[in-house]
Amino acid sequence: MATALSLTHLGSLMRGVRSVDEVGADERAASLAKRSIKKSSKLWALDLAIRCMDLTTLEGSDTPGKVAALSAKAIRPKPGDSSIPSVAAICVYPARVADARERLQGSGVKVASVATAFPSGQSFTSIKVSETRDVVDAGADEVDMVIDRGAFLSGDYQKVYDEIVAIKEACGSAHLKVILETGELGTYDGVRRASILAMAAGADFIKTSTGKVQPAATLPVSLVMMEAIRDFMRETGRPVGFKAAGGIRTSKQAIAYLVVLYETLGAEWMTPDRFRLGASTLLNDVLMQIDKERSGVYQSPDYFTID
Amino acid sequence: MANKNGADRVEVRKTYKQYVGGEFVRSESGRAYRPDGTVNVPRGSRKDLRDAVRAARTAFAGWSGRTAMNRGQILYRAAEMLDARRAEFEELLGGGRKSRAELDETVEVLVWYAGWTDKLAQVTGTVNPVSGPYFNFTIPEPTGVVGIVASDDPALAGLVRRLAPALCGGNVVVALAPEHRPLPALTLAEVLATSDFPSGVVNVLSGQRKELLPWLASHMDVNAVDVSGCTPDEVALVEAAAADNVKRVVKLPAGERSPHLVTAFMEMKTIWHPIGV
Amino acid sequence: MAITKRQAADLAKQTFDYAPAPEAIDHVRIQPRYGLFIGGKMVEPHSKKRFPTINPATEQKLSEVAEADAIDVGKAVSAAGTAFTSWSRMAPSRRARYLFRISRLIQERARELAVVETMDGGKPIKESRDVDIPLSAAHFFYYAGWADKLEWAFPNRRPRPLGVAGQVIPWNFPLLMLAWKIAPALAAGNTVVLKPAETTPLSALLFAEICQQAELPAGVVNIITGAGKTGSLLVSHPGVKKVAFTGSTEVGKLIQRSLAGSGKRLTLELGGKAANIVFEDAPLDQAVEGIVNGIYFNQGHVCCAGSRLLVQESIAKPLLEKLKQRLSTLRLGDPLDKNTDIGAINSKAQLEKIQALVESGIEEGAEIYQPECKLPERGYWFPPTVFTNVSQSYRIAREEIFGPVLSVLTFRTPAEAVEKANNTPYGLSAGVWTDKGSRILWMAERMRAGVVWANTFNRFDPTSPFGGYKESGYGREGGVHGLLPYLELV
Repeated sequence: MATALSLTHLGSLMRGVRSVDEVGADERAASLAKRSIKKSSKLWALDLAIRCMDLTTLEGSDTPGKVAALSAKAIRPKPGDSSIPSVAAICVYPARVADARERLQGSGVKVASVATAFPSGQSFTSIKVSETRDVVDAGADEVDMVIDRGAFLSGDYQKVYDEIVAIKEACGSAHLKVILETGELGTYDGVRRASILAMAAGADFIKTSTGKVQPAATLPVSLVMMEAIRDFMRETGRPVGFKAAGGIRTSKQAIAYLVVLYETLGAEWMTPDRFRLGASTLLNDVLMQIDKERSGVYQSPDYFTID
Repeated sequence: MANKNGADRVEVRKTYKQYVGGEFVRSESGRAYRPDGTVNVPRGSRKDLRDAVRAARTAFAGWSGRTAMNRGQILYRAAEMLDARRAEFEELLGGGRKSRAELDETVEVLVWYAGWTDKLAQVTGTVNPVSGPYFNFTIPEPTGVVGIVASDDPALAGLVRRLAPALCGGNVVVALAPEHRPLPALTLAEVLATSDFPSGVVNVLSGQRKELLPWLASHMDVNAVDVSGCTPDEVALVEAAAADNVKRVVKLPAGERSPHLVTAFMEMKTIWHPIGV
Repeated sequence: MAITKRQAADLAKQTFDYAPAPEAIDHVRIQPRYGLFIGGKMVEPHSKKRFPTINPATEQKLSEVAEADAIDVGKAVSAAGTAFTSWSRMAPSRRARYLFRISRLIQERARELAVVETMDGGKPIKESRDVDIPLSAAHFFYYAGWADKLEWAFPNRRPRPLGVAGQVIPWNFPLLMLAWKIAPALAAGNTVVLKPAETTPLSALLFAEICQQAELPAGVVNIITGAGKTGSLLVSHPGVKKVAFTGSTEVGKLIQRSLAGSGKRLTLELGGKAANIVFEDAPLDQAVEGIVNGIYFNQGHVCCAGSRLLVQESIAKPLLEKLKQRLSTLRLGDPLDKNTDIGAINSKAQLEKIQALVESGIEEGAEIYQPECKLPERGYWFPPTVFTNVSQSYRIAREEIFGPVLSVLTFRTPAEAVEKANNTPYGLSAGVWTDKGSRILWMAERMRAGVVWANTFNRFDPTSPFGGYKESGYGREGGVHGLLPYLELV
């Protein structure tokens, strides 16, 4: 159980957060993306990518039927191939949590729900807290909240902090991922600041994006967040997880995130308890790449189910 | 006339099109005109011009944001592509020694300006020794969307002599092909389209000068107009219309080649920063 | 079926071992022996002496090249002299065309050149592929553009070429150093005779092929291989009007002495012992990258390497912690593997020099740190090394090691940092890491170094002049200033 620090007057603390050199961060991320991961290490990485995936559907048009199909895919991504593991979780809107719970019962795949007026966060704290309680009651194992960017960007760090603490409390035993929506924060300095704020307030995971805004997850932003996690671990001893979401469609990208994770946070973070990839179409690309590695020939989407 | 064995070919004739936003298009008005009496050429409309300016503006951030070397390489590639098609262009220009010389000059102009992109700041920018603990430097920056009015003669070199310096500086261009001899300019667009220029960086319209020029000259989102291909009356018209958004009206001598032709399409930005511990 | 808890635990214990990712080399052909490139052709050397060039990662022989003797040198200088007459009188825009061609050809044959560079010299393929070769092509492209624009480079002057340039280059960036020398020389209207380093002749010989493909007029570029003796014959040949040398300060001084009174123009690019200065407000993780890049890029075989870390005392502990952790992710091994960060030491001789200086560091009382590193059995290797507890007077703080060895010292104030950084006979480069713009400019003003990198390190560009103060040499390469050494401004 994570304990949040109880702080007031966060303003000066936040303003004292060390800055991040954009060019240097971009270069480091680009150089990590050049790693060439082949053969056995590629298969290992692809397997891990599946096990760390939060298979996601967040559309206004989601129905119980859609959730049923997604759940089946989550449990058995490739029918007839038992070597392919289940994904870590499925991620849905609050109204669909009960449907997911029903479909995933006993499978080991977690139910993650977005909450707190996702994706904009532009609503009242009371609503956000009660929404969180309701999704947990409906059966969510994990809650993906968004920070209040309006408060953050206008310098009201206290509000952002207090809200995260309140949501964390409302989660009870569910684990909390805090979405920073890095695409709206404007600078890597802001991303670092938001990461530190979220972790100080008790986040179990920090997450890049809602996937509803461009740019979503990028390698440099992820690097910056992971470096903040590393510093936080060193200073408090508490490990916080990292989730990249939005725009990750290919295996090549997924593997690049795993490389950045490995070379920044190390072997201990290479597990679904500390790393997740929020994605939907990525899964089939990973399955295709696995088959390509095993068979030696390029694959066609026709052979993989769309759920 | 073809006989059964095809000894006389029936040529598949080219449809000449304008080049806007990276695509080859007829005029949205559907009109055409025959400057030489036989070949149909799109008669561009004010809406074509509007679309071209929009395409150029959209492309500006990307083009001006590329490294100088990258722009130089692309201009050089345009020279590569043009040189490879010299036979076609010589024919378009009328054939003979004069056409060959014009084509050689055009290729040379592209190569020459390709080699300026990564040197301009070194020759026209400065570090200024101000009186005080400040670091002060001046750098040239592209002005934005440049309209180029090409002269009828020489029909190819005239346009490229202006196009190359404008692009060299990082600007994007909307060019009006010569009214009476538009084919070399429209064919040049094919060369540009295969030279790795991003869409919208160069746009070439054909049509009647008296119809298109006023719209170009008065467009509030055009930053500069080069009037080398204008008559004195047309220059006066452009200058008057340009005042509405303080367009830069660029008038430069014809045969000259100089980095100052590039900076004619550029702004100078000066930056100060204190020096202290 | 979802994965069981035990399976999950097992998988979690596995580490992310990167499988070998070797660069393909089957498209590259290295000939068993090479002659000399003189007068536009590969010719048999007069000299009977040949020597092998080996791959320092495997100690395998790659080829045999000639040790050019006085006759060979004479022929090369003569060919360059003959070619100079027409080359210097050629319309400058024509000269430009040949240089543009060379640049494009380097781009077209980039991968082949990168593989040869890595095999011959030991540097990681990702460096030769992503840094050396692209920069080489870029240098030719940049200077090609100057050939017909010299009147604008020097207002109110009529620049004239000097004649035959004799150029001697080192083994750390073989093709790039060749580009830095040949591109401006040719753009200015000179012709050249170039001697590549004895341990890395192959990319220069491939470049000779490129000159032929470009149909460069015969004799404009001549490549002669050999060791110190050949270099000495070249720079002292009376037909050579201009000498350009990049290498050790020791040899640079010998050349400077030997040319005294000869009337030859000379530029030198010699050694360095750069200070990489980190202030307490620096963006720390990026500073760590800059430090690592500064001393471990190309195994530290870099004249401008950030070999002295000057860290502000208030931040020293966290910075060093991060640095040591970062070292553990550096991958040392087969230079042809795309994931290798640290390649082979260029030669046995260089390895011995590094080892001797590291020994001295330990003896003098510095504390050594090296991450766990498995060194391959064959080949020349040295793990990334950090010395802390270093005094200004230790040999490892004063002498150029030219290897992956960093010496760490501390400072308290900016003034002290300036003093310590400048306290060396060298003056090639310096690094400054701070979040504060005014401090960057204040420090840069005070660094007695030809290149100051702020919040970055080891950045090179053909437009950016490079060269040293003091015993790091004189003259600049790159930019407009890079033309000056090859011209008479009349």
